[in-house]
Amino acid sequence: MTGVATLTVILVLAPLIAIFGYLVYRGIGSINWAFLTQTPKPVGEPGGGMANAIVGSAFILTIASVVGVPLGIGAGIYLAEFGRNRFGDSIRFTADVLNGVPSIVIGIVAYSIVVLQQRHFSALAGGVALAIMMIPTISRTTEEMLLLVPQALREAAYGLGIPRWRTALSITLRTATSGVLTGVMLAFARVAGETAPLLFTAFGNQFWNLRTDQPTAALPLQIFSYAISPYDEWHRQAWAGALVLIVLIVSAVAAVRFAVRRGSFGTP
Amino acid sequence: MADPALKSPHMPGPQPVEKNTLRPVPTSQTAAPPLLSTSRYEIGDPIFKLAVLACALTILALLGLIVYELMFRSAMSWHAFGFKFFVGSNWDPVQEQFGALPFIYGTLVSSLLALLMAVPLAVGVAVFTTEMCPPILRGPLSFFTELLAAIPSVIYGLWAIFVLVPILRTYVQPFLARTLGWTSLFQGPPYGYGMLAAGIILAIMIVPIISSITREVLTAVPRHQREAALALGATRWEMIRVAVLRNGRAGIVGAVILGLGRALGETMAVTMVIGNRPEIAKSLFAPGYTMASVLANEFSEATGDVYLSALIEIGLALFLVTIVVNALARFLLWTVTRGQSMRANLA
Repeated sequence: MTGVATLTVILVLAPLIAIFGYLVYRGIGSINWAFLTQTPKPVGEPGGGMANAIVGSAFILTIASVVGVPLGIGAGIYLAEFGRNRFGDSIRFTADVLNGVPSIVIGIVAYSIVVLQQRHFSALAGGVALAIMMIPTISRTTEEMLLLVPQALREAAYGLGIPRWRTALSITLRTATSGVLTGVMLAFARVAGETAPLLFTAFGNQFWNLRTDQPTAALPLQIFSYAISPYDEWHRQAWAGALVLIVLIVSAVAAVRFAVRRGSFGTP
Repeated sequence: MADPALKSPHMPGPQPVEKNTLRPVPTSQTAAPPLLSTSRYEIGDPIFKLAVLACALTILALLGLIVYELMFRSAMSWHAFGFKFFVGSNWDPVQEQFGALPFIYGTLVSSLLALLMAVPLAVGVAVFTTEMCPPILRGPLSFFTELLAAIPSVIYGLWAIFVLVPILRTYVQPFLARTLGWTSLFQGPPYGYGMLAAGIILAIMIVPIISSITREVLTAVPRHQREAALALGATRWEMIRVAVLRNGRAGIVGAVILGLGRALGETMAVTMVIGNRPEIAKSLFAPGYTMASVLANEFSEATGDVYLSALIEIGLALFLVTIVVNALARFLLWTVTRGQSMRANLA
């Protein structure tokens, strides 16, 4: 039976290694300077790149973080400091439920609350969709990290006459900074590769755009539309885009792991 | 958490202490006269509590908003087709006739197919990592699982188009047709694209989720259960079966259902390989369509209010199904871990 269990591990790891290996192989073969600095060329013309999509993704993610991170951390603080009751439980449960909502459904909601009001696809709508996905994740991880901070630390602060809000922000949150950041980065990495909620919110764009009320290109969207196209040149670029995306995501996650390991945040 | 500590008789209440030590505590607005800052201290806490409460309420509001928007915007389709929407199999945007059965069928079949393949593998991996993995391997293995969860689904789809589908088309499907063709599940031309490809890519995607949660469930099984089984003379495998798997049963089912919830809502990878044809076919080789992929493909091009409303109704159905599935999974996991914080929300 040990053999069977080992076999399952091999069966599971094989496709994963295959995916990574093939991604790196095709990606490195297709990536070049033009890919990183130019906008897409029309069909049939060789060259061109996804520079606008890389910047567009960063733009949409910035909007998402500006909206989602403070709300998520605030909700996490509430759950940790004031939420040890029935009401807190209901918020916790709602956050878990929101986490399981398919991303495409979040896209529909962002479409109807932003796109239908603005009357066109926009970077803002994409950012809102991603923010909605970030909030529940960040709030739950922030809560967990704040609860790890020893109660004695809070009591010491109260004993010095520091008001509760100041304690929560400058003592508890400060102590848990690296843990909270980990949660934020994980949420960020998760939404960075999201395609479905951007399909009818950010929509994609062949050109540069840095206005919040205009359709904006995003790396995952560009990978999707190039992957299902019939052109070899575009397939090549889809692989290059996938490599750039995965490198960005993995380096974000790895940076956080590294920072947390070195950080001053001791688990009590 | 802080409440009981404040109210306990050993701890001084916050108010009197604050008044005694007003001056030494620096604030960002040191220019303000001390008397004013007295009042600021007193209103600081309520304001802070209100602010973070507002953030927490956003979560409730978001769920409410999702439900409201989906119901409000799908009302037109609901009025036009009623319950027939979910049993009709004619999807004709030109005639404005909408029946969602092919999509529901496609979603269910592809997800169940994925579970069929993923569950034995995922449980096997979890058992391996908790019970028999050499400690040196445990770290890399869990890091790898974490990495897998971070791969965007569009990249799984990309890989499926260029690697999985050709392999299925040239090797797997002809082989299956030869050996199992008589079951009528594996008949028809081997396109590569189709239900089978969707099921396999979904399985690859949900294995890490199911196995990482199962691993946590198995780790939560008390050590003395294992020791008792071993003391009674059980072999290692019998111990795993009797003590570990049986005790973690509810949690494993929870993990599987969570994986199901993930598979039901998965959009991009499935859209890229399932073939996108709204038909109900018996063969797993045939192209299909799922609820999520019809949204991905047709939503931004939907012309006409009824069409859009019908698509949103599919979104509503998908939403309700995943809510029920996830709630069930959370409940099962909660009975195992007794409200212990699960990292499941990160998966």
